[in-house]
Order: sequence, then structure tokens, then C-alpha cells
Amino acid sequence: MIGTARLRRRRVSASAGAALTLLCALLAAGALLVILGYVVVQGIGAVNWAFLTQLPRPVGMTGGGVGNGILGTIIIIAIAAAMAIPLGLLTGIYLALFGRGTIPEALRFLSDVLSGVPSIAIGLFAYTVLVAPLKHFSAFSASFAFMMLMLPLLVRTSEQAIRSVPQTVREGALALGMSNFRATMRVVLPTARPAIITALLLAIARVTGETAPLLFTAFGSQFWETNPGRPMAVLALQVFNYAISPYANWQAQAWGGALLLIVAVLILSLGARYMLSQASRRLES
Amino acid sequence: MTASATPAIAPPETVLATDDLSAYYGTHQAVGNVSIAFRRQAITALIGPSGCGKTTLLRCLNRIHELAFDACVSGRVLFDNADIYEWGTDPMAIRRRIGMVFQRPNPFPTLSILDNAVAAGGRRLNRRAKLEVAERALRAAALWDEVKDKLSRSPLQLSGGQQQRLCIARAVAAEPDVLLMDEPTASLDPIATAVIEELMASLANQFTLVAVTHNMQQAARVSDVAAFMLADESRTGRLIEVDDTAKLFTKPSDRRTEDYITGRFG
Amino acid sequence: MDEPAFRRIARFVSPVDRGFAAVVYGGSALFAVLIVGLFIELVLGSWPSLRAFGPSFIWKSAWDPVASKFGALPMIYGTVVTSFIAILLASFVGIMAAVFLADFAPRWIAAPLSFLIELLAAVPSVVYGLWGLFVLAPLVRTTIGPVLQHLLGWTPLFAGPIYGVGLLTAGIILALMIVPTVTAISRDVIAAIPRDLREASMALGSTKWETATRVVLPAARVGIFGACVLGLGRALGETIAVTMVIGNRPEISASLFAPSYTLASVIANEFTEATSAVYISALIELGLILFVVSIVVNAVARLMIWSVRGSRA
Repeated sequence: MIGTARLRRRRVSASAGAALTLLCALLAAGALLVILGYVVVQGIGAVNWAFLTQLPRPVGMTGGGVGNGILGTIIIIAIAAAMAIPLGLLTGIYLALFGRGTIPEALRFLSDVLSGVPSIAIGLFAYTVLVAPLKHFSAFSASFAFMMLMLPLLVRTSEQAIRSVPQTVREGALALGMSNFRATMRVVLPTARPAIITALLLAIARVTGETAPLLFTAFGSQFWETNPGRPMAVLALQVFNYAISPYANWQAQAWGGALLLIVAVLILSLGARYMLSQASRRLES
Repeated sequence: MTASATPAIAPPETVLATDDLSAYYGTHQAVGNVSIAFRRQAITALIGPSGCGKTTLLRCLNRIHELAFDACVSGRVLFDNADIYEWGTDPMAIRRRIGMVFQRPNPFPTLSILDNAVAAGGRRLNRRAKLEVAERALRAAALWDEVKDKLSRSPLQLSGGQQQRLCIARAVAAEPDVLLMDEPTASLDPIATAVIEELMASLANQFTLVAVTHNMQQAARVSDVAAFMLADESRTGRLIEVDDTAKLFTKPSDRRTEDYITGRFG
Repeated sequence: MDEPAFRRIARFVSPVDRGFAAVVYGGSALFAVLIVGLFIELVLGSWPSLRAFGPSFIWKSAWDPVASKFGALPMIYGTVVTSFIAILLASFVGIMAAVFLADFAPRWIAAPLSFLIELLAAVPSVVYGLWGLFVLAPLVRTTIGPVLQHLLGWTPLFAGPIYGVGLLTAGIILALMIVPTVTAISRDVIAAIPRDLREASMALGSTKWETATRVVLPAARVGIFGACVLGLGRALGETIAVTMVIGNRPEISASLFAPSYTLASVIANEFTEATSAVYISALIELGLILFVVSIVVNAVARLMIWSVRGSRA
């Protein structure tokens, strides 16, 4: 009798436990749906053609858009990626091909350290090296900060991607008399490409919504600014400034901007996922 | 074949030879003091149990061994009477003249079948020249008829045996003098193996072949000369005996060779 | 024994490969220089403040830019309290969700659910902040706050006026933001626990729940703890979302309903308005503190995760 009562209690607690874990998983995933839902409901009304293509209007006037912020986001990220990709790839190649011993280990550690540094501290770094000496804010300093934010992911992933190219494939290239350079460019990197593109997309997704370092680098602008040497509007920064403003129509625009950010990040994440499936398919061979 | 070599100049039928060659991984000596001459346009089979150093020896012959980060060699490898480990020798030039086929087919996954076939030299070739080189190589590898209609496809769609023949074509396209083969049929089924073995025989009309195998039947079937290697007590691979295949398999002069080919160990 | 004449093999002989190696080395060196430079620049930038206030910067609580008196204690307090709330809430939910994903869920549920939770990590900080400011903060003011005060108002933690923005709201937002980190890494760590350990437990007649809580979780505890510490690291440095919901007031208050400040949010809020050199320097020193703390926290977390999972996190 005691035995069966105990068994029943154990069964009940097992079911309750399983239910608890399910509840927590749903809670975590549900949070996303709730936030997404709010952003869509609140933001969809603000998004229209004018919102996407026009300049912001001054306080008191309705309408206007975040067109310059969208353009600025694209410019700043493009410059950041143009700097981060070669640097990240070179470091990844170094770690994958010459990566034994103390110096590479130290470099890996540094890279991991960088991935944990808060973005605001990286923004301060960009400020001290590129803003303070020149005495004015600039889009380029924001690109520099974004580059620092993108690098750890690019370095680590390109190292792993290059390592995961089978050694026999590399040897096959070298056995044909290819130089290390040519074997890497023509055979190894193309094989690793889907994984590297995945990392790039994730890195871009990460900086797309990044705001903190922009406060004192890109700073923001009311105009169509395309010169990276000058302050530039950025979508995430506009969302922040509109959100903390006291004006209802700006707050509505903040929701609209948030919706754009989320859509961009979702597309990038889904793209990364697709590339990842390509990468694993390639490695099965 | 045996002791007819004069010390100073290798006999004319020898294209590649080692002289007191040892190979190391760090401090571990994997191959010890091997001196062997490979006869021109013949197939030499390197046989022996696993871990006897035959693959390492093979990898020393085109300087692929040194890709291991702690690799070292001592002794000489003579190719056209010049030591390929001579200071200042370009390993890339050596590898273009001494091709290699690996244990597992390793076509370049992102290149088309055509680009794989011409990978050794295709940089400045126009499409027409590429096709010519590829056709010649693929024909030499007995693969042309099977792939001529899908040259722009991925090599990963080919069967294992076809992939391996593509790798042979890739090596042949570089027009080497020597082809090294590291257990080229180890990952293939019997039918694909038969095709490759047939191919090896035809390639021997044009190239000097050195093939590692631990399949003695295969060695007996395809090779002209066989070399038997065995690891000693410190796991260093030693050359025990080298002779015409027919003689080595019927009347070996060393008792350890006899033990091995009659299946007493390994 | 005579030593064999080792011949070192020259790996790069062709000019192309020499150039290739040089470029690769150069790029890696530049990468290293950037990271080291980050630290050096923060130290240099904080130098005026370090010299003016010395170590007492950390335990002084006055933050008065007008009088040029700067102490970091209120921000350190705010950072610690919000991060603590976040990790308290996120670790339980995250670990349980990880157990579900790794041990209970069938594949067709686990895969999309994992993806959803990982997407949560990709949502930009400013979006969390927006949601926190317009949805969560009013909810705290009208519902969550009063309920907590009614139940626990006798403790100083839940006493005082409820503004909506403040430590508690910031903590909840941070919890939402770090749940994906805790969940994803805990799930990997749990999945790395060998099958035979689970099977041994099940073979003894344990239920799945008992196996999870008594065998799997204890075996994975170091790695899971590491996952939580990594989440903590994210929470410490999180800036924009916190800035939007914490109230931005440099005061130390026992009540979780009170507005406060964190290291990161004070930099975000005041940096562009800072006028004097020592003010800017004090803000950079806050960044330096944040930098050092996050490095220590991340290093600890990664060591813990490696020790279980046996690979890079």
C-alpha cells in the first residue's frame, strides 16, 4: 500500500515537473510573441511609403519619416562590414591554418573577451579614437564601433568554418602544386563560404538594432546625410529618441521604426538559418 | 631490379628514389632509413600492415608529409637525380611533377567537374583550352564518357568510384611524371575497385606509379614491383624487402615477408 | 644513440605564400592591436578621473556634475540590483525551458521552439526598451507593483511610491533579454551529458523528471551555472533598454520601485551632455569599470561552460 502511494506520488510529481518545464519553455517563447505582437499592432499604422522615404519633420508637424535613418543604417553597416570582413577572415585564416601555440590561444582569448565587452564600452572606444581627436561626431566612428562588435563572431566562425573543411580537400589542392594562398582562395574558402556568410548575416543582425554606441558616434541627423565623415541619422537611434520623447506622434513613429528593425532582424536571422542549412549540407559530403 | 644500382648515378629506368630517408612526427620516427628506387613506368606497390609507415613514406615523396605541423625528415629523396628536400626547392613545383591520389576521394566540393579536372592549371585557360585539357585527363582516367554531358555539375553527385577517377584525372591533368596513390580503392566497392585497378595498369604506360595498399591480392594483381614494410619495436617503419612482385609473393627472401604474405600476422 | 639529423622543413617558400602569410599575420596583429587598444584607450580616457578621485570613485555616492563631484556607487548599486533581479528570474525559467527542450520535447516541438527562443535574442535592445517603457512600466505601476506591495509591502524592498520605471522594471526587461542566452547554452550543456548516464538512471526505475533533476542537472550544474553567469554578463552591460525604463536617477534606494541608474545607462544618458573634461573622464571610467567587470564575468562563465561541454562556447 505504502509502495503504491509512493509510486503514485512520484508519477504525479513527474507529470507536474514535465508540465513545469513546458510552461517555462512556452513562457520564454511566448515573450517573443507578445513583444512581436505589440510591435506589429502598434507599429503597422505608422509604416507607409512616406515613413520609409521621407525626412523627419520638426516637432508639431505630423507626418514625415525615417528615410534618412534607414539610409544611414545601411551606409554605416556597409562600411563596418567592409572593414570587418577582411579583418575577421584574415584572423580566422590565421587561427585555422597556423593556430597552434601560445599566440593563437591568446588571440582566441582576446576575441572571446571582445565578444563579452558591452557595446557602450566599444562606443566609448570609438569616441576616444575617432570623435574626440577630430572634435566632431561621424558616421565612420559608428562604423568602427560596429566593426568591433562584428569581429568576434566573424573571427570565431571563420576559424571553425575553415577548420571544418576536410584536411584531405586542402591536401588535395596542395598535392596539385597549388600555393597555400591559391588553395585557400580557390578551394578552402569557397567550401567554407556558407558558414562564413551565416556568421556575417548574424553579425549584421546584431548591429542592425544596436543603439548604445551610436549615441556619441553617429549622433544622428535631420538631413539626408551620406558623408561618413559627418554625423548621420540611424534608424535605431531615431527609435530611441522618438520613444523617450513626450510627443504622441513621435512615439507612434518609434513603434513604426521598431517594426522595421524587427522585420530586418528576422529576415537576417532566417537568411542565416538558410545559409546554415547550406553549410551543413556541404559538409556532409 | 635488385642490387644493380650504381651508387653515383641511379640507373636510367629509375625516376624517383629515396636515400636513407627517415620521417618524423615531432620526436616519433615513423619511417626509418629507407632507401628504395622506383622504376620508370612501372607500378610499385608499398605493402605492409597498418602503422608500418607506408603512407608516411609515400607522403614524403611529394613533400605532402610536411603539412603535418611537427613533421621532419632526414635523408634524401632523389627526383631526376636532384634532392627534392634541397634548401630552396619549391615544393609546389615538385608536387606538380609528382601527383597524388588520396585514400578517400577528395574532389573540390565547390568546383564543377570540369574545374576539378583542370584545377592544377586552369587559372589562365580559356574555356576551349580548359575543355581540351579536361577531356584528355578525363579520358586518361576513363571517366570522360560518364561525365561529358554534366561537366558543369558538382562532383558530389558522382559515385565514390567516379569521384576517385575524377581525382586521378585531376592529378593526370597536371602532366606529372610520377603518380602517388594512397590506398586509392580503400573506400570503394569491389566493382569500382576493379575499374580503378584496370585504370592503374593503363596509366603505367605513361607514368611511374607508386601505390600504397594493404590489400595483398591487389598488390599481386596490379603491381610490377612490391616493397614490404614493417614497423619495428619502436613503431618505426622499416623497408624489409623490395623485389619484382612475382618473386616477392612466391619466393620472398625475408622470413617476415613470408609470414606476412602467408597471413601469419598483420 | 646518435641523434638523427633533423631537417626542419620550410613551410613557406614561394613568394606568393610569403606574401599571403604576411597579410594573414598582419590582419591578425591588427585585430589584437584593436582589442588591446580598446583597453588602453579606456584607461587613458579615464586618467583625469582616476587621478582626481582615486579608488574612492568606486564607493563614493555623490554624483554631482555641477560641483564636479563624482562617485560610482549609485550606478554600481543599480547595475548589481537590476542584474541580480534579471538572473534570478531568467535562470529558473531558462533552465527549466532548457530541460524541456533537451529532455522532454519531441524533435518537432524542440526545433521550432528553440528557434523562437533564439530569435528572442536577436530582437534589438531598443525594441525591448520601447516595449518596456510603454507596456511593462505602466503594468508595473498599475498591477504588478501594487500586488507586490500588498503582499510584501512590509519589507523595504517593496515599500514607497511606485513610479513604473525603476529597478524592478529594468530587472524584468533584462530577464527577458537574457533568457535566450541561458536557455540556449544550458540546453547545449544538458545535451552534452552522456546518454548512458540517463539510461542508467531510467534503468533504475526513475521517472524522466527524477532523471532530469537528480542525475542530469547535477551532472551539468557547472555548465548551467556558467550559462547563467554569461547571462549575467549580458545583463551587466546592457544599455539602451535599461536606460529607457530605469528612471535615470543617481540615488541608492532600498525599494525596487525606485528609479535608479546603471553604469551603462548613465554613460548613454549623460555622455553627450557632459561638458567638463573631468565629467567626460568620470563617465569613461564608468565604462572602464564595466569593461573590467564584464571581462571577469565572461572569463569565469566560459571556463565553466568549457569544463562541461568541452568546446568553445
